[in-house]
Amino acid sequence: MNNVVIDLKRLTKHFPVGNGKFTALSDINLSFSKGEFAGLVGPSGSGKTTLLNIIGSLDVPSEGSANVLGKSIAGLSQKQAAQLRNYHIGFIFQTYNLLPVYTVYENVEFALLLQNMTEGERRKAVMQALEWVGLTDKEKSKPSMLSGGECQRVAIARSMVKQPDIVLADEPTANLDSKNSHHILQTMQRLNEELGVTFIFSTHDEKVMQYLKRKISLADGRVVNDETVELIANR
Amino acid sequence: MLALKLAYKNILGAGLRTLLNVSVLSLAFVLIVFYNAMIDGWNRQGKIDTQEWEIGEGQFWHPDYNKFDIYSYREANQEIDANVQQLIDQNEVLPVLIQQATIYPQGRMQSIVLRGIPADQQLLKLPTKGLNMQEGICPAIIGKRMAKSTKLKTNDKVLLRWRDINGTYDAIELRIDTIFKCDVADVDNGQIYIDYHVMQKLMGMKNCATLLVSSNSELKDLDGWNYRSTDVLLKDLNDLTNSEKISGMVIQSILLMIALLAIFDTQVLSIFRRKREIGTYIALGLTRKQVVGIFTVEGGFHSILAAIVGAIYGIPLFIWINQTGLSIGEADMGITVAEVIYPFYSLQLILISIVLVVLSSTIVSYIPAHKIVKMKPTDALKGK
Repeated sequence: MNNVVIDLKRLTKHFPVGNGKFTALSDINLSFSKGEFAGLVGPSGSGKTTLLNIIGSLDVPSEGSANVLGKSIAGLSQKQAAQLRNYHIGFIFQTYNLLPVYTVYENVEFALLLQNMTEGERRKAVMQALEWVGLTDKEKSKPSMLSGGECQRVAIARSMVKQPDIVLADEPTANLDSKNSHHILQTMQRLNEELGVTFIFSTHDEKVMQYLKRKISLADGRVVNDETVELIANR
Repeated sequence: MLALKLAYKNILGAGLRTLLNVSVLSLAFVLIVFYNAMIDGWNRQGKIDTQEWEIGEGQFWHPDYNKFDIYSYREANQEIDANVQQLIDQNEVLPVLIQQATIYPQGRMQSIVLRGIPADQQLLKLPTKGLNMQEGICPAIIGKRMAKSTKLKTNDKVLLRWRDINGTYDAIELRIDTIFKCDVADVDNGQIYIDYHVMQKLMGMKNCATLLVSSNSELKDLDGWNYRSTDVLLKDLNDLTNSEKISGMVIQSILLMIALLAIFDTQVLSIFRRKREIGTYIALGLTRKQVVGIFTVEGGFHSILAAIVGAIYGIPLFIWINQTGLSIGEADMGITVAEVIYPFYSLQLILISIVLVVLSSTIVSYIPAHKIVKMKPTDALKGK
């Protein structure tokens, strides 16, 4: 496959539970190409977030392999994993996870502080990211002054400001109303098309599914279906 | 730099918690500086007073002289040779003759130390001008402590009895010319001062001295005399102030511990409450060590703020106390201590206090922050 950015082979993840173990993911074989707009769908406990965490180098597989941008997640040191996240992976969380003491500008800028950029370069990048999500007028506001939709747009700007290769969005619309959900999904869809960034969602929200170009269904930690938008449309 | 910027933002964002921690820590900081400045001020004043009233720039003792053994006084004197006389004439040294004697105030008998000191001396602050013999009555000066213990007042007469060089007892009536006020207890307690030349005559110790007070710090060697530097002579005072410092450290440590406990508690609570934030930092690309650094710097930042806040209210307070001094009353504790102490704030004291407070608060911040290293980022993101 061309332009493969994520390659998962026989990936299994166990968690210790008491004296035994709980298998969250079992024998996952998936690959994602650059520019995909894909979603992991399934009920709670199906392993969506666990899979996103492994792709995002926040966790490691128990068995099998996870290669992201040519790097084996299991073989990365803490520092290497941090660098991978800092330069190449953006995260969007259900609860936005904005830093409450910072302004919108500073929240977005935070992602760039670890990169050796000048203040001028950072400002340019932050303002561009805020423009993508339509929040240039809120740059000085604190998260507590924003609506849920606006907070999630800030989170999108924060994930996009470093122009990563991959954005991992974990239930991004779960706390939003329908109007805001569509707004942020359209924003992400536009960024995917304009910048070619790979988006991977974890969701069980029907609204999100309408936008996905690839839908991977998980159940009990296994892939039960993997279909592209054409296949969905042909049904 | 990033950690500092984040710590600054977070600490301001914490509002009331920060205010509380910074207040307690700044109080500890100000009290540590103030207490030590008081001790240093006491020590400094004590040293200056002792030098001005008693020891000058050092003393030369007769080899047999022991300040703490009055039985040594009888033999501890020697004739002044030409070399020493030249130094006396040049005001380089001041001769003092010391003998044991007895006075009979109000019919009581009291053993005293009789000191003969030239009436025209200017090296020591003792008011010796009135010591010149007048109309057959021997004038004497005593300190306020001595006056209190003997119930003697100015112009009172008191019988002095002594044993001269031949072992013969003799007596004379003294008139108390001046009662001086001096903070150096050793200069005052149990001491009576008469004119040096008069005392030589009374004792039959012609041209003799027990010790020489030096006005020249460079002068360290005189044939037949044992040199005692100011460091040696001030050792007791230094030991006393050092022991006061150590006992003060206990109180300061308790206060500092309370402040540090507040920071520790805040940090533990912060790490518990801000797990999701910790997870977000890691997701954004910070290593766990960097996150530990942020939380440690944040705790340490309390102490920087405390130093600033402490300076805001501490400096005017210190200046005011420095102008008015702190009165400790007229309690006679038998030690060299002024009635009004002026604290002495040295740069060294302030720097040591800052380093102590910053370092200790950083360490107590690091201990809970270190737990972040063991935290799984996936759990942290869930706030678990």
